[in-house]
Amino acid sequence: MAKTDCFKSVGKNIPKIDSLGLSTGEEKFTDDFCFPRQIYCKLVYSSSPFAKIINLDLSGAEKLSGVVEILSYKNTPSLFHTTAGQGFPEPSPYDTKLFDQTVRFVGDRIALIAAENPVIAELAARKIKIEYQEFTPVFNPQQSTSSPPLHFQGEHAVIPVPYLPEKNIAAKVGFEIGAVDSVLKNSDLVINKIYQTHYASHCALEPHSAISYFDSRGRLVIISSTQVPFHARRIVSQILDLPVKFIRVIKPRIGGGFGGKQEILLEPLVALITLRTKRPARLVLSREEVFISTRTRHPMEIELSVGADKQGSLTAISMKALMNTGAYGSHALTVLSNTGSKTLPLFNKIKNIRFHAHSVYTNLPVGGAYRGYGATQGYFALGQQIDILARELKVDVLEIYKQQHIKSGETSPVFEVLGEGKEGTSQNITSCQLTECIDQGSQKIDWYGKRDKRIKNGHWVRGVGMAAGMQGSGIPRVDLASAYIKINDDGSFNLNIGATDLGTGSDTILAQIAAETLHTDPSQLIVLSSDTDTTPFDVGAYASSTTYISGNAVRKCAEKIKTKLITAGAELLQVQPQQVSLENQAVVCRKDKRRCSYEEIARYSLYSENQHQIQATTSNFSNQSPPPFIAQFAEVEINPFTGELKLLNFVSAVDCGQPINPLLVEGQVEGAVVNGISYALTEQYKFSSAGRMQNANFKYYHLFRTPDLCKVKTIIVNSYEQSGPFGAKSIGEIAINGPMPAIANAIFDAVGIRLYQSPFTPEKIYQAIHCCHKELTERRQ
Amino acid sequence: MNGTFIVNKVACNFSFNPTARLLTVLRDNGFTEVKQGCQEGLCGACLVIIDQQLVNSCQVLAASCLQKQITTVKGIGTLHHPHIIQEAFVEAGAVQCGFCTPGMVLATYNLLNQIPQPSEEQIKQFLDGNLCRCTGYVKIINAVKIAARRLNQGNHGKN
Ligand code: FES
Ligand code: FES
Repeated sequence: MAKTDCFKSVGKNIPKIDSLGLSTGEEKFTDDFCFPRQIYCKLVYSSSPFAKIINLDLSGAEKLSGVVEILSYKNTPSLFHTTAGQGFPEPSPYDTKLFDQTVRFVGDRIALIAAENPVIAELAARKIKIEYQEFTPVFNPQQSTSSPPLHFQGEHAVIPVPYLPEKNIAAKVGFEIGAVDSVLKNSDLVINKIYQTHYASHCALEPHSAISYFDSRGRLVIISSTQVPFHARRIVSQILDLPVKFIRVIKPRIGGGFGGKQEILLEPLVALITLRTKRPARLVLSREEVFISTRTRHPMEIELSVGADKQGSLTAISMKALMNTGAYGSHALTVLSNTGSKTLPLFNKIKNIRFHAHSVYTNLPVGGAYRGYGATQGYFALGQQIDILARELKVDVLEIYKQQHIKSGETSPVFEVLGEGKEGTSQNITSCQLTECIDQGSQKIDWYGKRDKRIKNGHWVRGVGMAAGMQGSGIPRVDLASAYIKINDDGSFNLNIGATDLGTGSDTILAQIAAETLHTDPSQLIVLSSDTDTTPFDVGAYASSTTYISGNAVRKCAEKIKTKLITAGAELLQVQPQQVSLENQAVVCRKDKRRCSYEEIARYSLYSENQHQIQATTSNFSNQSPPPFIAQFAEVEINPFTGELKLLNFVSAVDCGQPINPLLVEGQVEGAVVNGISYALTEQYKFSSAGRMQNANFKYYHLFRTPDLCKVKTIIVNSYEQSGPFGAKSIGEIAINGPMPAIANAIFDAVGIRLYQSPFTPEKIYQAIHCCHKELTERRQ
Repeated sequence: MNGTFIVNKVACNFSFNPTARLLTVLRDNGFTEVKQGCQEGLCGACLVIIDQQLVNSCQVLAASCLQKQITTVKGIGTLHHPHIIQEAFVEAGAVQCGFCTPGMVLATYNLLNQIPQPSEEQIKQFLDGNLCRCTGYVKIINAVKIAARRLNQGNHGKN
């Protein structure tokens, strides 16, 4: 299966190519660029959750010396667009203007001040006077469809999908296969539960930032902390009505994204200031602004019904999801679709499946892409439900998964009916080692030694829980990536890719893929990425697409170079191309072992005979999206007297095909796991009764820190995906989905309570134990 | 106002606003290796060492640091002469986006100066003020252990 042994670059823990530059502070992030005569921008936000601005008095700010320009709904383009950085036409509704006279959440934009320095900008922001005509806001997604509409000015969808702004419905998706209700009715066991997940911030350590300026030929250059440079260019062009050729977007190093920077938020603003003033303009958000005004994880309510027969075979599943998209519908349809499409195919033996889902507007912060992209919410429900079912049936939950999960060679009808904004794509699973993941993971955590044992440690009681799942590798028939490679005099190569390294290491693994194909060392690849002028198109970093989609683009491109090296090398060695092969940075004649190095070939082809530049470019899209698989296990210790929870161990066993760089795979898993744990246990938005986030800082929005850490273990299971670059599948998102259900299941294992609402704070655990205890005593009486 | 700071052993004269934070003054003068993640003293991205103390530079007035020895991550090692700690971060895979890394490296530097052979628990307690969203800290803690081991092998040459 795995072919690691025959690989030279793939499968090796090559250090990330930018990591020394990063750890010595040499690499540059957006905010590190500085331009003479630059203007500093500052946004002014709504303090009302829902209102019409009846008076916007800018005079105080305008009078201030050093204020250069002020943008508001009064003087900016009023085109509806979406801020979601997706392919064109975007599946998210066009419901956003650069600035609008109506504000729809606390944190909505009202104005932008551009000033000579940040102090003046700040001062001017405070001088703006806003008079609101308040509307009744809706904060409860359940009441959204019966509340006055947030959007009533011609907001619309650009693809043919249900979009009903008059009912506050931002998206709607669903299907039914088989006869769910009647099968459920006749099933031996039916579990029906409602689960609720909460708001969260991505908390990329680098706040969103963008800078723009005119280059020496009068073109607009935007440096941005973006996951999607090409979409950013297109959307800026759309909003400001500028030709694409006039705009260049560059992503330098970026301090994490996780979906939060798959959003075109700041680029059009700085661009507009540069257009108006002809000066460089910069906008860097504060942490508070990131929390209140950028994007979040969509909260969701999921009602799940699963039926089973006595033997434990699942008979029918119905998933009903209500997603709160906040004030705007960024990713409202696609995150919602993923809640079904990334979870339901896992149990492909179920013949009766229903998915029925809505996204609704509320006057709360806006949802968006967030690592896991709806699957996280879906697995919170599914992962607990399977555990509940196993306990009711008194069977080992691991066996339910192992028997009934989708296997290699199998398919699920869900792949075909549910895509992203359109129908899906049918696909057969060509690699799945989930059973192996479950075996190795359960062994590591000592499942059978700990499950149902309620091991005591003083007051504390221990429990273990697990969850398993799948994600995808890119969006089939949507995502596109491309690569360009050329040889240099010394036999090194330039590799130019549109792919966007967010710190994930994609620049490095793409170099490894090229090096493997070209029989050279990864250090011979000079990587340039994410610049709309100098690198070929790539949709960007999202949907776990880079390793699989961009990786295959690089592999194919390198294959073309390989052919050219062979032709030129054979010419130089004066033999037929069929007689040579590539070996250790040289073309070698198989018969007499004569060789010419890449350097000799480069010199020959550039300067001697039949001169030409050895170069190639390729693009790649895919009809399939082979899912990575994961089994995750949590061990917790709970103090039933206080509700405190200590996480002791967290084990993830993953099938991501052949890891291109195992160290970076582990890094992706560990980062996602700790983010997922932190989301499950401590992170949450606390809102005032007026919809204002009250804990918009790292003090009261608690991210996991080093002392919070438990033992985190990652196992990469042997696997090989035929269609992937050297057997690889993607790994960026999947590991964030398991912590919530696995921990919830471990809590049950320890103290016998179920938490259907995240996050699992000590108060909630204490209360649940208390209620459960009371119920038991009452029942006994 | 105007004043002299000794940044990475070099005396520099900066003019700055009396209310400006050290972070802003350093960044405005090209020391962009000092990162800004929160401006509230809660993330550790802006750490510098001032007279052997780890300080979140977003929390101190530049005016209070005149004539003081300020060390940024470039002061302990550079691209061409990296410090063992920086190499350990690279090797351990502790650098993903790298935005937290300068602060993490400086915190590690200070930790290993104080406790040359820290236990895992001590590492975790010491790095409490440094947030990282990418790595889940696992490989960062490994990097600290690798660096401690190397430094204790007497390999102080690059210090
Ligand atoms: S920027 Fe200073 S602690 Fe975060
Ligand atoms: S590596 Fe990105 S925040 Fe630490």
